[in-house]
Amino acid sequence: MARMKFLCDADRCIECNACVTACKNEHEVPWGINRRRVVTINDGKPGERSVSMACMHCTDAPCAAVCPVNCFYTTADGVVLHSKDLCIGCGYCFYACPFGAPQYPKVGNFGSRGKMDKCTFCAGGPEADGSKEEYEKYGANRLAEGKLPLCAEMCSTKSLLAGDGEIIAQIYKERVMKRGYGSGAWGWKTAYRETIET
Amino acid sequence: MASFARLIRLTVGAWAFLLVISVAGPSSAQQINPTASSVKEQQLLQELDRIQGRVSIPDQRSGVLEQPAGREWREFRNVTLRWVGGVAILGVLAALVIFYLSRGMVRLEIGRSGRTIVRFTAFERFVHWMTATCFIVLAISGLNITFGRPLLLPLIGFEAFSEWSQWAKYAHNYLSFPFTIGVVLIFLMWIGGNIPNKVDVDWIKRGGGLVGHDHPPAYRFNAGQKAIYWIVVVGGVLVAATGYELMFPFYLSGIEGMQLAQMIHSIVAVLFVAAMLAHIYIGTIGMEGAFEAMGAGAVDVNWAKEHHSLWLEEQNARTGDARSQPAATLAE
Repeated sequence: MARMKFLCDADRCIECNACVTACKNEHEVPWGINRRRVVTINDGKPGERSVSMACMHCTDAPCAAVCPVNCFYTTADGVVLHSKDLCIGCGYCFYACPFGAPQYPKVGNFGSRGKMDKCTFCAGGPEADGSKEEYEKYGANRLAEGKLPLCAEMCSTKSLLAGDGEIIAQIYKERVMKRGYGSGAWGWKTAYRETIET
Repeated sequence: MASFARLIRLTVGAWAFLLVISVAGPSSAQQINPTASSVKEQQLLQELDRIQGRVSIPDQRSGVLEQPAGREWREFRNVTLRWVGGVAILGVLAALVIFYLSRGMVRLEIGRSGRTIVRFTAFERFVHWMTATCFIVLAISGLNITFGRPLLLPLIGFEAFSEWSQWAKYAHNYLSFPFTIGVVLIFLMWIGGNIPNKVDVDWIKRGGGLVGHDHPPAYRFNAGQKAIYWIVVVGGVLVAATGYELMFPFYLSGIEGMQLAQMIHSIVAVLFVAAMLAHIYIGTIGMEGAFEAMGAGAVDVNWAKEHHSLWLEEQNARTGDARSQPAATLAE
């Protein structure tokens, strides 16, 4: 079985935000929620760098560990998913997440965070693959159709890679070897407790 | 002549071109890193506890790229808090059981007089019970968040536990408002009797009547009750303030502030629950005649003599009751 991961080759990211838009459109993500975002560090200054970030589908995921109702599960592909039927919207996964992935729709006044929403690695949720219920709650299930996450698939500079960890690490290594530099796999140490040796 | 000059020009031009090529050649084989000066992840993580930048989407809070501090918060929430809470609450419960088995109920030594004296007005009792009811619901729903997953979830299953936790969360959020009002009213209406003074030192030295069968004198509130009062006021303010910070995310602070708020909220809350267990014990099965004070609002005069002799004197002086006896003799 594959171990699905994201890898943002920050040396290639041009902050076009196409991944953000693609994700929003593919999954009909509600207003106010962005499952993926592009963060620009040192914007407009020398040393500026942009990184596309979403849920990294961590190994030993902190969100799953702190959830009071245990609504998270990891698929055979290593994708961290959750059940919106079980989620109580307490906000704990958000405190624990190193990547700011969990977000909550505001469903009312004080204290009523709605059901948590986050990147699913285009793998839907606990409902039947490709069902209407699954689409409404979690968005498209591209993995079940044999496709990879749309954000990476349509990245204009192929900065964002998604797929089996070993394969995308190999692609990244070859790139770094060929061009002679690389800023490393952002977030990998925090998410997977490993880095890519180049 | 003209063709010769052209030939010279061409030759010189060709040599110059070749020179340029030969100079540029080696450098073009070398790779240039256009982002060599750009920030590196490790370097940022070493300098700061989180990496932040700018985003072009409206949600500016998502500008935090990474905050590995979540890991420490996870350790606190899953390990530290469960240990502190478990030891504090079970420790107090065990101590109360041992105390009850060895000491039993603190009885009225001279029996009941049959006459009563008003101890708490209807308004005071209303405030007390409103706060108390809210506190119990808040405590149970709060403990559910910390201990429910390992203790209750395996017993009732995912769906039932999630349903219960959802309602518990609503109760926790909404009952925080009457609870906060209750804490404020408690602070205001009983502050007068709860300023520590010399009598408290003596009361504590003599074991407060809990250790042995002594009855040290006390005004309306003895040192133990004053301790409970200040635990309620200080603890209540802390849980309310941190609780509202969590209830209204991003109004007061970012993610690091919410992690800190959750830590203060939960630690103060479990200690608060442990302290209130002792308060509930002494107000019910721990002491004869104590519950009436907050139940019916009036206590037996002999109870007042034994436990709050100075207060009884004050009350009698106010109402002109000559039958009261000097505190010194009562204290024996």
